[in-house]
Amino acid sequence: MADPVTLLVGTRKGAFIYRGDAARKNWRLDGPYFLGNIVNHLVADPRDGRTLLMAAKTGHLGPTVFRSHDGGRSWTEARQPPVFRKVAEGAEGRSVESVFWLSPAHSTEPGVWYAGTSPPGLFRSADGGVTWEEVAGFNDGLYPQIKHAIVPGPDGAQVHSICVDPGDARHIYIGISIGGIFETVDGGQSWRPLNKGVAADFLPDPSFEYGHDPHALALHPLNPQRLYHQNHCGIYRLDRPAVEWKRIGLNMPKEIGDIGFPIVLHPRDPDCAWVFPMDGTEVWPRTSPAGRPAVFRTRDGGASWQRFDNGMPAQHAWWTVKRQAMCADRVDPVGVYFGTTSGEIWASSNEAESWSRIAQHLPHIYSVTVA
Amino acid sequence: MAIPSPLFSYTGGQRQVEVESESLAVLLKVLDARYPGMRHRIVDEQDRIRKHIRFFVNGEMVERLDRVLGSEDEVMIVAALSGG
Repeated sequence: MADPVTLLVGTRKGAFIYRGDAARKNWRLDGPYFLGNIVNHLVADPRDGRTLLMAAKTGHLGPTVFRSHDGGRSWTEARQPPVFRKVAEGAEGRSVESVFWLSPAHSTEPGVWYAGTSPPGLFRSADGGVTWEEVAGFNDGLYPQIKHAIVPGPDGAQVHSICVDPGDARHIYIGISIGGIFETVDGGQSWRPLNKGVAADFLPDPSFEYGHDPHALALHPLNPQRLYHQNHCGIYRLDRPAVEWKRIGLNMPKEIGDIGFPIVLHPRDPDCAWVFPMDGTEVWPRTSPAGRPAVFRTRDGGASWQRFDNGMPAQHAWWTVKRQAMCADRVDPVGVYFGTTSGEIWASSNEAESWSRIAQHLPHIYSVTVA
Repeated sequence: MAIPSPLFSYTGGQRQVEVESESLAVLLKVLDARYPGMRHRIVDEQDRIRKHIRFFVNGEMVERLDRVLGSEDEVMIVAALSGG
């Protein structure tokens, strides 16, 4: 029997932890933690199996990071949260509005984490999240060069999807919404855009090097040459060392389209991915298309997609699933999970073939990750 | 000085604390030394008072941290409305 799965849930009003039994049938709720806090991301450290980091703020109080070493029973605030450099009086200085994304660094770098913020900033902690420093090559190097192309969405512009290459700790990809995908091979000192082939229907010139809107980016843990991303304008795949993305979302059913926020990869099969499409027509409702939610899965690298909605409402379910709010476990068969802005968590223990609702009445869900 | 409820986790639930300081800026330093992390939650890294935080001295709103304080001044931090 597999180890029990734990789901870490960040919401607009606090954090919750769901602990599953070995069969992933019954789930025990712990929490709320930090009730009333806006929790953008709650992430476990796979390198030590016990540390949790939480990106939080409140409506009144500025953004910070909390960490727990005992599965969420106790929490300590970062001694130095992510902040931009203080500038001289009169100069235009940036302030972190929210810590949006947390990613553990490479497996050979225990205690090292990255944080992405809004407005776009990249930060690094070398002590497990106690203190954070700016990644100067991004904040002072790349950002000033591309800021003219960065457009804030309703929740601001963010750095997200910080993906560290399992084969090289200094090789990192990030997404900026809106700004594009960028890559560093020197640990963040220098960056280059990686958006060729990606549509940007909102830009006047489709050949722009950056300014695109990646919603979620993922690279495969066993084959880090294989990247997928769900964009504001489609679903894409890239097999390095190639640099031009292929729009695999064109193979989705035309009535569904290929717009969405999250994309989740199978932990062992680089050809398998799951997406949760949303309505990106006319005024962009960002709900399930036609109010009929479904997860779509590919098992052939995006050449074809299959719809899975067994167990989900057949109609009038106007869900939105945000970019951090869908994930997969490492069990065989893989469990897939997503949280909705309407406060429901849905789970499949058979790779999306069937679904059950394991939680409801939660606040607006921002993130669901597996511990 | 008066502490608003969102900061009770720092003060251990204390609503009123005594601080000796010659200015609002120094007061914030003293508070942060006593309650680590508090300053960052109410003033950002560019020394701007956060959007939904207000400082009052003797009932008058103060927008600059260099406001001089006297020994009898009453300082109040207010967490203003921040949405639903």
